[in-house]
Formats: sequence, structure tokens, C-alpha cells
Amino acid sequence: MFWVEGEISNLHRPASGHVYFTLKDEISQIRAVIFRAAAGNRPFARTGRMFELENGMSIVCRARLSVYQPRGEYQLLVDNVEPLGIGALQKAFEQLKERLQAEGLFDARHKQGLPLLPRRIGVITSPTGAVIRDILNVARRRLPNLGILIAPARVQGQEAPDEIIRAIHDLHAAGGVEVIIMARGGGSLEDMAPFNNERVARAIFRARIPIIAAIGHETDFTIADFVADLRAPTPSAAAELAVPVKAELAAAIEAQYARLIRHQNHQLEKRREKLEFYAARLPSPRRLIGDLRLHVAAFLDRVQGHSNQMRLWQRQQIAAAALRLRHASPLGDIRNARDRVENMRKDICKADVVTREERRMRLEAGLMRLDTLSPLAVLRRGYSVTRMLPQGVILRDANLLKVGESVDVTLAAGGFQAQVTQIWGS
Amino acid sequence: MAKEKFEDALKKLEEILRNMEGGDLTLEESLKAFEEGIRLSRLCAERLDEAERRVEILLKEGEKVVAKPFTGEASES
Repeated sequence: MFWVEGEISNLHRPASGHVYFTLKDEISQIRAVIFRAAAGNRPFARTGRMFELENGMSIVCRARLSVYQPRGEYQLLVDNVEPLGIGALQKAFEQLKERLQAEGLFDARHKQGLPLLPRRIGVITSPTGAVIRDILNVARRRLPNLGILIAPARVQGQEAPDEIIRAIHDLHAAGGVEVIIMARGGGSLEDMAPFNNERVARAIFRARIPIIAAIGHETDFTIADFVADLRAPTPSAAAELAVPVKAELAAAIEAQYARLIRHQNHQLEKRREKLEFYAARLPSPRRLIGDLRLHVAAFLDRVQGHSNQMRLWQRQQIAAAALRLRHASPLGDIRNARDRVENMRKDICKADVVTREERRMRLEAGLMRLDTLSPLAVLRRGYSVTRMLPQGVILRDANLLKVGESVDVTLAAGGFQAQVTQIWGS
Repeated sequence: MAKEKFEDALKKLEEILRNMEGGDLTLEESLKAFEEGIRLSRLCAERLDEAERRVEILLKEGEKVVAKPFTGEASES
């Protein structure tokens, strides 16, 4: 194994996938082949840069010497190619940049936003030197209570790409890291090689934690700068982008808080004024109650009046009814009937009296007449009654007598028996 | 409840303030917004004071990678 430098010419790639070319310099040349396995791997390990071989490109190859028997020629079996010189590096850079850009790795839509207030940031850089010191200084000055996790990585040399990729992975695995600063100081294009590495670029692209790249000088751009979510001109600037100034945030929060309080006070004041305005037009409860009381009193009066009226009316109704009742009363009839009965009774009584009187008078008259007719009266006047004996028959005809017979003579006072001694004829 | 992100809380706070100052809120809503605003501003202030503070460095310990206090340039991997 040895390394050979030269310029590529007669480059061709048959369908076999092997790559054939001639490596030459000003005075010599030799055929070279990169077999498919090696070519497919593109094992350009030292810088990790992928590039296409082109005629005229200066390269350095790692190779073994072998003999191509059909032609009896020596040839190089190349397993590693690296570009040589600034032109080639630049070329490789441009090629990779173009390819990744075409793939969309630099697209703005893939850029992740930075957290306003990260609790913990990750830093991928060399743990020694000015870069880490600058970042720590700036970060601590801005936000003293920030957590910082350093993932150390070599930032140049052959091991750098793997270490950088590993550092990205470790910071994801550590947990709590909310933004990553990937930083490196200035250097030559060659020094920047790890950050122009395709695998590094893809690792940055895949990262879920936003990455700020601050690689080299402000004017140098690496592939990492393009893929990263944000690019900072210097490590210090990266720290400023990643870490907010605590005092500023505190002031902002304070201002919001004050705004909140002020606004709320204003709101309350406004509402209080409104309330007072309304309250002023609102009658006091006492007055309200007074009013109500008056209302109630008036109402009661009305009710009272109404009920009085009602009573009056009822009374009138009753009176009218009573009157009608009185008119309809049977008492009159009863009285009349009673009067009639009484009259009748009186009549009856009167009639009775009259009758008795009459009868008495008639009787008296009768008696008187009787008296006058009475034989006693006749007798008193001197007449006597003669009855025949023993029959007692009153004698009205003397012829019925016979001398010698006895007769009974009755006088007004007493009587006597006499013997007929003579008889007269009429 | 998942921890609210600082900027989300701050954004919400700003939104609440805009709403409040819009003046279309009822008293009830305004009080609610105010409470929420106070909560958010407290949350933001707390988040701002939350101390992680440590500066650590990831070091390989056998197969594992562990975080150790970073004491400056002296500690090198």
C-alpha cells in the first residue's frame, strides 16, 4: 500500500461499474483502476467528502501495484481517492452542495424554530479552546440558570465526522437538550472538511433538536451551515441566538404582567364608574320600600273601598231581597186569614149572642105570652078551673054535669071540692 | 398537564392581553382572562427562574456516555 499523487486523465466508467483512468504528472503516467466495490463505497475517508472524479482533477490515491497481464503493464489498484489541492476541494464542495440542495436538505421548510427559553442547550465542539469558552461566557452572562451540556468532538481531522455525528446522537439521547450549537473556529477550507462531510450534513438534517451552526469565519460557509436550522457568524453569535437575555425576558414578562394589572384595574374602574352611574339613578331600597309601602297602602285602600262598596252593595241587595221577601211574606195572608178567622169568629160569636138574646127575649116574650095564657094568670084574674071527678077532665060544658056529682075546683090560690047542686044550661 | 412551553405561554399571554384590550369581553370573561393571564405570567416568570445551571460534558465511560461536571478547559476527553 502506498499513496500516489497525480492528475486524472482518460477517465472512463464502463457498465461493469469499475472506474478506469490514467494517473499522470508532467513526466510519467500509470494506469489505475478502482474496482466497483471500492468505487461504490466512495471511501474517501480522510475528509469524508464525496465527489465525482473528473479528467484533470488532481488526486491522491491509496493503491496497490499489480500487473495487468494481457498487456504486460503495471497498474494501480486504487481503494481510496482524495482530491488534492484547493481547486479539487472547492469542486467537491460545490458538487456536494448542489446535490444536497437538489435533494432539498437546505430547504427553509425543514428549518426548525428555536425555543425562546431553552432550559438546556447542547454544544458540539472541542472542549478546549476559545470557542467553548466564548459560548459558555455569553450563555452564562445572558441566562445564568441555563443548563449546558457539552458533547466534545474533534472538529478537524479524519475522526471528526464520526465524532460530530456521535455528538449529535448523544445530545439527543441525553434528554432535555432543546437547542444545539455546533461550533468551530476559523481555519482553512481543508480544516473545515468535517463540516462539508455528507454524512455529517445528513446527521444535522435528521436531528430533531434544532441546530445552530457557527463554523469558521463569518465569510466561510460550510455544508453544515446550509443544512443547520440556523447559521451564526461566530460561536459567540450562536450563543446569543440560542440563549435569551434573562433580564430582557423578565422585563417583558413584567411588562405583560403590569399591562394585565393595569388593564384589569382600568376595567374594574370603568365598571365601577358604570355601576356608580347606575347606582346613582337607582332609588335606594328604603325609598323603594317606602314607595312600595305607599303602593300597598293605596292598594289596600282600594281593596278596602272596593270591599266596602261591595258590602254596601251586598247590603242593598240584602235589603232589596228582604223587601222582596217581606213583600212575598205569607204573614200578611196569615194575618188576613187570621183576621178573617177572627172576624168570622167574632161574627160567629156575635151571631150567637144575638141569637141567645133574641131567644131570651123571645122566650121572655113567650113567657110573657105564656104567662098571659097561663091558667094561673087566668086564675089570678079570678077564674077557676073545674075538673070533673074522678077523671080530672076540665069542664067546659056544664051539661056534662049531673047534680050531685063532685067536682074539683082550682083557684088562683088553693082549690076545693064541691057538689053540684044546680045546673044551668048555656 | 404537559408542561407548557415558555414561548407558548408568552404567546398566550399576549393573546389574552390583546383580547382584553379589545374590550369585547364580558366581566366574567374578562376576569377569567385576567386570571389566566396572571397564571401565565407567573408561569413564565417561574420558567425563567428555573435553574438547570449545571455545565456538563458528555464523557465516554466504557460503552456508556455519561454527563460529568465541566470544569473548564482542564477536562478534556
